[in-house]
Amino acid sequence: MITGEYRSNKKQLTIFLLLLIVVMLASASFTEFNFIYSIQTLPKAFTWIISNLFITEQALEKLPSVMDKLIETVFLSITSTTTAGVSALFLALLGSEATKVNDFFAKLSRVIASVYRNIPIVAWALILLLSFGQNALTGYFALFLATFGFLVRAFIETIDETSSGSVEALQASGATYFQIVMKAVIPECLPQMMSWILYMIETNIRSSTLVGILTGTGIGFMFDLYYKNMNYEVVTLITLSIVIVVIGIELISNYVRRVIL
Amino acid sequence: MVLLQVDHISKHYEKDKPVLSDISLHVQQGEFISIIGPSGAGKSTFLRCINRMIDISSGEIHFDGTNMMALNKRNLRKNRTKIGMIFQHYNLVSRLTVIENVLHGRLGYKSTFQGVLSLFKEEEKREAFHLLEKLGMAEHAYKRCDQLSGGQKQRVGIARALIQSPKLLLCDEPIASLDPSSSKIIMDHLKEISTEMNITCIVNLHQVDVAKKYSDRIIGLNAGEIVYNGAPKDLLEREIREIYGANAAHLMMK
Repeated sequence: MITGEYRSNKKQLTIFLLLLIVVMLASASFTEFNFIYSIQTLPKAFTWIISNLFITEQALEKLPSVMDKLIETVFLSITSTTTAGVSALFLALLGSEATKVNDFFAKLSRVIASVYRNIPIVAWALILLLSFGQNALTGYFALFLATFGFLVRAFIETIDETSSGSVEALQASGATYFQIVMKAVIPECLPQMMSWILYMIETNIRSSTLVGILTGTGIGFMFDLYYKNMNYEVVTLITLSIVIVVIGIELISNYVRRVIL
Repeated sequence: MVLLQVDHISKHYEKDKPVLSDISLHVQQGEFISIIGPSGAGKSTFLRCINRMIDISSGEIHFDGTNMMALNKRNLRKNRTKIGMIFQHYNLVSRLTVIENVLHGRLGYKSTFQGVLSLFKEEEKREAFHLLEKLGMAEHAYKRCDQLSGGQKQRVGIARALIQSPKLLLCDEPIASLDPSSSKIIMDHLKEISTEMNITCIVNLHQVDVAKKYSDRIIGLNAGEIVYNGAPKDLLEREIREIYGANAAHLMMK
């Protein structure tokens, strides 16, 4: 009996894998993607990378201005994420099953969050570029809106998961809505929420590079500029500094998370 | 004196699928009542209808001389302070200390502003410590609740309910997640509360033997209807079979 079940499970897995391969081949031929060609060109690509992407002394001279832009980007990301976090908290309180005021606002907040979340950050950047023009504010709003949508969703789940019990207990004892929020929901959920905010700060430093390319601000603009001038040494310097900063932020936030959770 | 008067209450989420149907119950001050019945019989729903955590579909509930159904939001809050509630999963704010959780029971008596800023009076704090001492939890007062065992958490839950100075205690399966020795401690405390402080207890239970040992009266609930309402000594195999269905009764009477 048991071996029979085990076998049929194995059969299902085989069928599933075969199906996956078929789908892959079909989509590859549809998009005219050629495996063999792409593998053949790999060595050539590596040779190009190695011969061009070197940091020279000349490129290092640009380091101060690169750091300048990078710090600007980091602070832009922190500002947009923290402000988005505070606003998301209010909407999440309305949207959560445990703390909703009524069904209408709960639904509304979930819909708003879903709309903001599902518009890609690139689209936000381009839309906002039209209304705000080429400046840091555009980048800020693009990051803010996408982060806001994501955090509302994450916070709603955090509240539902961790505090529905204590919310019920305080409701039964006759506490008011704000007492419940301040005394049960916030203490219970804050560490988890901080963890989400830290995660989004990391993510936003990465995305702000892309947003910068589109909106012509920050480190992204610099990257774009040197890339188009074919000054690949500086491009390498910029990329490397972004990687180092992102890893640094990640290490810091991992540490903070360990302490607060 | 009749403290709680439940008359013909019904509750259904969907039409033709009643969770509770036509339940009537009169409860005296200081009485210890157990509600037993299979899972899904409506025990938890019934308990939550009393303090209107769940709104009933029809019927009337009078508690301590007030018509619970006629209350507006503000007055409902006021009346809920007189009803303590204890939960299977304790429902404490686990990241706060024991004493903070106990004082949460006073929030219903405070304005939003006082509550949010934790402006508790000296005597309220003294009372909180007094209750913890009574429940054998004084030494843990400054521990965070997530460091406590299940039985200890439930005692914090009881202290939080008692500091409301309630007239009625609703206990939703208070010992369902506890080991036998912790269960005994909790049930002994609840019994003491009802006899010494004259606080009425309505307790949802899964264990028939526990219900028989502690209660003044047992209510048997099956599929949303009261099928037994009487003294523990009259609850025999036939009655248990009626509450739980034929096979279960056989298993439970050993």
